[in-house]
Amino acid sequence: MRFAALLLACGAVALGGTMAEARLVAPEVSDLAITQDGFPRTLDEYGFFIHADVQIPTADVMPYELNTPLYSDGADKLRFIYVPDGETIKANADGLLQFPVGSAIIKTFAFGEGSDRRLIETRVLLNRADGWLALPYRWNEEQTEARLALAGGRIPIITPAGEEISYRIPNKNQCKACHSLDDAVLPIGPKARNLAPELLELLSEQGKLDAVPDVSRPMPRWSDANAAKEPLARAYLDVNCAHCHRPGGGASNSGLDLRWEQDAPFARGVNKPPVAAGRGAGGLLVSIEPGDPDASILVHRMNSNEPGVAMPELGRSTIDEEAVALMRDWIAEMGN
Amino acid sequence: MIRISFAAVLLASAAPALAETHTVSPGDGAQERLQEALILAEPGDTIMLEAGRYTLTDGLSLDVEGVTIRGAGMDGTVLDFTTQEGSGEGLLVTSDNVTLRDFALENPKGDGIKSKGADNIVYYRVRVTWTNGPDPSNGAYAIYPVESTGVLVDGVKVTGASDAGIYVGQSNRITVRNSIAEANVAGIEIENSRNALVEHNIATRNTGGILVFDLPGLPVMGGGNVVIANNLVVANDTANFAPPGNIVAGVRRGTGIMVMANESVLIEDNIIDENPTAPIMVIAFTQQFEDERYNPLARNIVIGENLYGRGGDDPQLEGAEMLMAAFGGSLPPVMWDGLGSLYAVADTAGWTLNLPEPGKGVAGASPAPLSVPEPDGEFDRSGIGAPPELEERI
Repeated sequence: MRFAALLLACGAVALGGTMAEARLVAPEVSDLAITQDGFPRTLDEYGFFIHADVQIPTADVMPYELNTPLYSDGADKLRFIYVPDGETIKANADGLLQFPVGSAIIKTFAFGEGSDRRLIETRVLLNRADGWLALPYRWNEEQTEARLALAGGRIPIITPAGEEISYRIPNKNQCKACHSLDDAVLPIGPKARNLAPELLELLSEQGKLDAVPDVSRPMPRWSDANAAKEPLARAYLDVNCAHCHRPGGGASNSGLDLRWEQDAPFARGVNKPPVAAGRGAGGLLVSIEPGDPDASILVHRMNSNEPGVAMPELGRSTIDEEAVALMRDWIAEMGN
Repeated sequence: MIRISFAAVLLASAAPALAETHTVSPGDGAQERLQEALILAEPGDTIMLEAGRYTLTDGLSLDVEGVTIRGAGMDGTVLDFTTQEGSGEGLLVTSDNVTLRDFALENPKGDGIKSKGADNIVYYRVRVTWTNGPDPSNGAYAIYPVESTGVLVDGVKVTGASDAGIYVGQSNRITVRNSIAEANVAGIEIENSRNALVEHNIATRNTGGILVFDLPGLPVMGGGNVVIANNLVVANDTANFAPPGNIVAGVRRGTGIMVMANESVLIEDNIIDENPTAPIMVIAFTQQFEDERYNPLARNIVIGENLYGRGGDDPQLEGAEMLMAAFGGSLPPVMWDGLGSLYAVADTAGWTLNLPEPGKGVAGASPAPLSVPEPDGEFDRSGIGAPPELEERI
């Protein structure tokens, strides 16, 4: 469905005049832009897209989706990976795929449907010889170019839920705030357990993945109305929170560990008092009070938009109502 | 001669030879200009913040080693976060060997300056103020180094934090000195940290002046080796305004110096006056915990010579009237729960709850005048305080 819309949009561009014709010459991905020092000033320099404005990737760049995605004010997110020719991703059981140097992970944030859709920003993760680098690119009004926005920025947006917000494009350091483990920058999205088996198989067939990992505990699909509450809630917390709330993560000092693989209830917040939550605790005593969502700090902080209270601290300006409802149901269910 | 020693200094310096100074001024686009300078800085560089008021809408962050952020004085350069729309703190530092000096933050929505995993950090003449005074809607911590080795806090001023003004957590080799903590819930708090020196500070009009805590269930455990000396701990009489649920929400108004569940803490040469609950309090952690690594008792706590003024005359304690009557009108300066181990120099006036065991409330208490041994030998100060090389940056 989405792909059909993209093709239509692509056709419109192709008919749009000589400029568009000129841009139909398929670019190749610039390995140099990914791997050499410095920060390319525009997204075009990478050559990830045939038509960046409608997000048609070049042949070597593969779109993908996550079972349970990270919430970003309801933004439509278009995800792509690039692996240089002759190189292979290594599968790591349920966990994060190990990308070779020269790889890139690309994510474009868009709001609006159909022809009203506007690209806001494209974030790239580049795997260089000295580690991953995260950079944000901001789209211009005309949607012709995305330029490096090291310091981030704010843009007025109307979310799919109809809320008018000041959308935050993260600065380079804020990228790292989420993409950081033991001081190193890492991807957080492409974990085998959160990817469709079909994608893993396709990558493997193409020789881009060394083997299809035998995922022991795949995450449920967020859109699956029949999924049980517990795995869905746990998957949401892993994807949205555990990049900080884990050992070695940005919020490690809280002692709260929200990873999918954390099996100890206390570490996950059950009956766990806050440490440095300040007013974020909202007068509540524990992160999760089984059976009582209203007494659970986790729900309180997910249900707030106020800086200093809201969790996650970065990456959202609106409340994920659907997720709050899920957490409430899950915590209520624990009391049974 | 002069030339030779200058060259020697250059050689000894860890900073790259081409360290640069980047000047940022207030005004339009300050958020982007300042943040971009923080991102593009190279190790050894200085970000110079010209005098004036910077209106900021988002948290700032620094992730480059060896950078100095320097303003035109803690009343001259003001980073104003009153209209902050995002982030959990005003400034976040995640790189080592950073120096923060001579500027102020006002009204950050969450914490003021947080430095996490940022070793050998210097906070010098930095001010963090919530300008409306004590208020539960203020941010939690003003100065907040955590999970770091080597922390020097000198000459800072913090006002209005709804948790702790200066909070050092899960860290090692710490000095907090020459600073003023006023009208916070906790003035200065050392938590789950080792080898901390807290000296020559003023803690006033907080709920509690200086706190040394160890809490269970954290990545870094086992706080201890702390010296609290030569501080002025006066009139900590602000009603507790911490949001309920925080550990400091349990601190009683009028607590001067409080040690909870820690080991080897020396308290001496302080002036402690007008703290109506207790000039000094030494107690065990009373809540339930499951952490096998945790010792809830205060052990080897040493009370040296201190100058005690008025205090213990309006204690927020159960049965306060009876207790005060029993002790002749006000409670003696040192309050102990009777658990763990406490030493005090001769003639230290105090009282003990004589609790039989921890975690059972005050049910079994049998209050009595304090009678504890004198310190057995010198307190071991080796390794306490920030590494001396941090001094060279101020």
